[in-house]
Amino acid sequence: MTKQYETVIGLEVHIELATKTKIFCGCSTEFGGTPNTHTCPVCTGMPGSLPVLNKQVVEYAMALGLVTNCRITQVCKFDRKNYFYPDNPQNYQISQLYLPIARDGYVEIEAGNGKKKVRIHEMHMEEDAGKLVHDEWDDTSLVDYNRSGVPLVEIVSEPDMRSADEVIAYLEKLRMIAQYLGVSDCKLQEGSMRADVNLSVREVGAETFGTRTEMKNLNSFKAIAHAIEGERTRQIELLDAGKEVVQETRRWDDNKEHSYAMRSKEDAQDYRYFPEPDLVPIVISDEWIAEVKARQPELRTEKLERYKKEFDIPRYDAEIITESKKMADVFEETTAACGKPKKVANWLMVETLRLMKDHGMEAEDLAFSPVNLAKLIDLVDAGTINSSVAKKVFEKIFTDDVDPEKYVEEKGLKMVNDEGALKETIDKVIASNPQAVADYKGGKEKALGALMGQTMRAMKGKANPGIVTQMLKEMLQD
Amino acid sequence: MDMANRISDETIEYVGILAKLELSDSEKEAAKADMEKMLDYIDTLNELDTSGIEPMSHVFQVSNVFREDVVTNGDNREEMLANAPQRKEDSFEVPRTIG
Amino acid sequence: MEILGLTALELGEKIQKREISVREASEAALAQAQAAEPAVNSYVTLDPEGALRQADEIQKKIDAGDLNSPLAGVPVAVKDNMCIKGQLTTCSSKILSNFKPVYTAEAVRNLQKAGAVILGKTNMDEFAMGSTTETSYYGPTKNPHNTAYVPGGSSGGSCAAVAAQECFGALGSDTGGSIRQPSSFCGVVGMKPTYGTVSRYGLIAYGSSLDQIGPITKDVADCAAFLEVIASHDPKDSTSIRREDYRFTEALTDDVRGMKIGIPRDYMGEGLDSEVREAVMAAAKVLEERGAVIEEFDLGLVKYAIPAYYTIASAEASSNLERFDGVKYGYRAGEYEDLHNMYKKTRSEGFGAEVKRRIMLGSFVLSSGYYDAYYLKALRVKALIKRAFDAAFEKYDMILGPAAPTTAPELGKSLSDPLKMYLGDIYTISVNLAGLPGMSVPVGKDSRGLPIGMQLIGNVFQEKKLLRAAYTYECATGKQFEQAAQIGTAAGSRAGESGAESVQADTAKEAHQA
Repeated sequence: MTKQYETVIGLEVHIELATKTKIFCGCSTEFGGTPNTHTCPVCTGMPGSLPVLNKQVVEYAMALGLVTNCRITQVCKFDRKNYFYPDNPQNYQISQLYLPIARDGYVEIEAGNGKKKVRIHEMHMEEDAGKLVHDEWDDTSLVDYNRSGVPLVEIVSEPDMRSADEVIAYLEKLRMIAQYLGVSDCKLQEGSMRADVNLSVREVGAETFGTRTEMKNLNSFKAIAHAIEGERTRQIELLDAGKEVVQETRRWDDNKEHSYAMRSKEDAQDYRYFPEPDLVPIVISDEWIAEVKARQPELRTEKLERYKKEFDIPRYDAEIITESKKMADVFEETTAACGKPKKVANWLMVETLRLMKDHGMEAEDLAFSPVNLAKLIDLVDAGTINSSVAKKVFEKIFTDDVDPEKYVEEKGLKMVNDEGALKETIDKVIASNPQAVADYKGGKEKALGALMGQTMRAMKGKANPGIVTQMLKEMLQD
Repeated sequence: MDMANRISDETIEYVGILAKLELSDSEKEAAKADMEKMLDYIDTLNELDTSGIEPMSHVFQVSNVFREDVVTNGDNREEMLANAPQRKEDSFEVPRTIG
Repeated sequence: MEILGLTALELGEKIQKREISVREASEAALAQAQAAEPAVNSYVTLDPEGALRQADEIQKKIDAGDLNSPLAGVPVAVKDNMCIKGQLTTCSSKILSNFKPVYTAEAVRNLQKAGAVILGKTNMDEFAMGSTTETSYYGPTKNPHNTAYVPGGSSGGSCAAVAAQECFGALGSDTGGSIRQPSSFCGVVGMKPTYGTVSRYGLIAYGSSLDQIGPITKDVADCAAFLEVIASHDPKDSTSIRREDYRFTEALTDDVRGMKIGIPRDYMGEGLDSEVREAVMAAAKVLEERGAVIEEFDLGLVKYAIPAYYTIASAEASSNLERFDGVKYGYRAGEYEDLHNMYKKTRSEGFGAEVKRRIMLGSFVLSSGYYDAYYLKALRVKALIKRAFDAAFEKYDMILGPAAPTTAPELGKSLSDPLKMYLGDIYTISVNLAGLPGMSVPVGKDSRGLPIGMQLIGNVFQEKKLLRAAYTYECATGKQFEQAAQIGTAAGSRAGESGAESVQADTAKEAHQA
């Protein structure tokens, strides 16, 4: 009896570009800090100030367009988008509507059952707004223009996604691309990657799209997934009740897990776009496109190929390591320092991933020096520490970036190979565990493990396990 | 005249929202009359055939004016905040923007 | 009289020769300003203390041999829409009544570098919207030649200040004729350079694609000298153009032989006051006698320039003026309910009627559903107007005509019918649409003694041709139409007859005593 619905989703993804300066002025783009310390007449909208375009923004936007199979608009222009809001100091945003920098591209994502293309409608450059902080007590809001004028690229997809999983896969793909290109760090928590979700539902098999809503203020993958689920349910409930979905912008409240209509008489949503008279057109020659292409850093597919040839690590390992540019960088730098790619890969795939999960971190947040991991691997190989000690030391490297050589020295963690000291300990263990000794001698191989554990514990984990096993066996034969 | 523009109360209200101007009733009436007259006048442009003519936003064929990506500005916050009608610590203070 | 009657270049030379000190020159101008202001109201802000401080600093540099620009030590005025660090900059609006910029406009910086003394900021139509300087929040400026008449606008304060000898030259801005029309009404020389020649950085925008700063001076040589100082390629203004040649004073030669000058029939017909027509035709005759080839021709499209202009300028203005919202600077309404109410009250109380009228029109023509029909149509007409000029400049070195259809109107007669007022810009507006240089040169007076200006229009980057023709005209006529105004209300007042004469004598005396 109940109808079957399909969800149709298109995204508007904002990526903050990793330039040193803002898009139209020489202010730093550094994140955080005291309010209004990175401001000037241009990014605070002082009367008489004028914008001058940062060339790096154009090249980063071109690079993103090229990698996502877009056509570059070879004569492109900026337009003004007019709306009043205090985080927007001029009360217009300099953006692109009529001639955006790139159009008609696509990316491939891994969907539930195979690969899927998500088409990109267009990609444009624009300036970010400032930050508003709401004062609970004074009924006022405080405006900080540090972020005002930070360059953004907005990537507008076609309505090609059908589920939250596809949306997340698409976002992860865009993030990976941007990070590989070095055009953005794409940190959702810091707002350097943001997504607005356009969502509608329709009965399965319907030809036309339903009425869509736009959801804003989504700042984590979790929030995006929840917002999609919530909005899908809300729209289906409306339709099932015979009501209509209203085309509107809704604001997602992550704490309440609920979206609210942002309707107001004062939000006419009539942006009165017109060509920005203070900026001149950008003319992009074939040569310039070729230059940007030539400067393009190695992307994931090329890395995978190279890892196979150069390092001979399994495809599976290479795929996991190259999922993020940062992880791949750590891998390459560590390998360069110790020359043991397989061992490096193991450390990254097992211990590093485990610790990242424990700490709720992304690869981007990895802060330890590759050279310290390389030293640790060398210490194990040289027999200076055993592997269980190494795991403990790595935890310290991961959190505090300690130098493992010094740390092992200072904490006295070196493996004990001295047979005299070991013999004394093993004698004591044999003497105080007659039952286990009898069991072993009676043919129960397992009993050796218990004796082994006792010995290691007595040696505070620092004994060389190979030598302990060897000696135990010899001494029990006597 | 059939061609004459008529501006409704709703239109004046709507344009006032876009422009963030609050007009008194008499100002609204005056604005309607002004705008009708100006639009009639602007409509004379339709006497010209402009088919095939590209809209000209810039007179000169100047393009590709860029800056290099180099930080040139330091901490100017005191200057930027010096004219603020209402300031709180290092921020501009405005009436609460949401809920 | 000795100091006040000098041109900027004459004064500059005497300063370099130590015949007059910078302080003496500044005090003379300040005294004249203080005496004339009650009648004329050229200035929004007169800054005697700051001016004398600058004067002493500049004198030191001159004495040390570090400053030998021809304008070093010359007292000047700046229209109140150009930012000067720390100095009140109001655009003659209530909404900026308390605004002190944190940086200085590039054109003003260029003047400062050349050693000019900045006396203060001149009155204007609010945000440069108007043709009479009557829309100022700080009261109208009056025409110094007859204070019952307007000085024109929007740079009326700058033109009146030069005409009344309250400074030795001034900066104005011209979006649709705002330098040339008031220059014509006040009997001074004013030029709007080719778009992009003078940096707009620090000029509070009205219509960004049309705005251009230019000089307002006592004669043509001063005009060239000021332009040479203020013109520059500015990396802070993306629309600033790097010119091949900034040596405008080199154009000051008394020779127009072989120069081909076109007079548009469409500028000389219906709507043009007969006294203005006669004076302009007589001026053309003077140039012809000096060897120029004068021809009449049809420019075309003249009547479409005004509707195209008001569409484009209002649209840009509606956006440019959005930043005045009570958040970052300027006036904020005293009482409001919430954010949007604060915006509305601030802007409704802060802007005057003409500014609101253009913001409303501009917001409408850009609004959803109208953009193509109005804004894009106007941009297409702009392209056609540019073509018409291109065709004319294939035949002529320059175009000659009136700067305005009439001489200055009486005070209080213009604002009630905006459309009629807009029609007064018919000869100047298309020059801004096409980005061309244009200048106004005094060529006569009407029967009431009000000045008449001739407009010369050149192809892009051809300021030198205009300066040469204007200079040749000036040489031929002995500057007879460029005399300082005798401040008063008596129509057709002559030197020595009006009460204002005694004003000048007194102030000159005070200046020498100081």
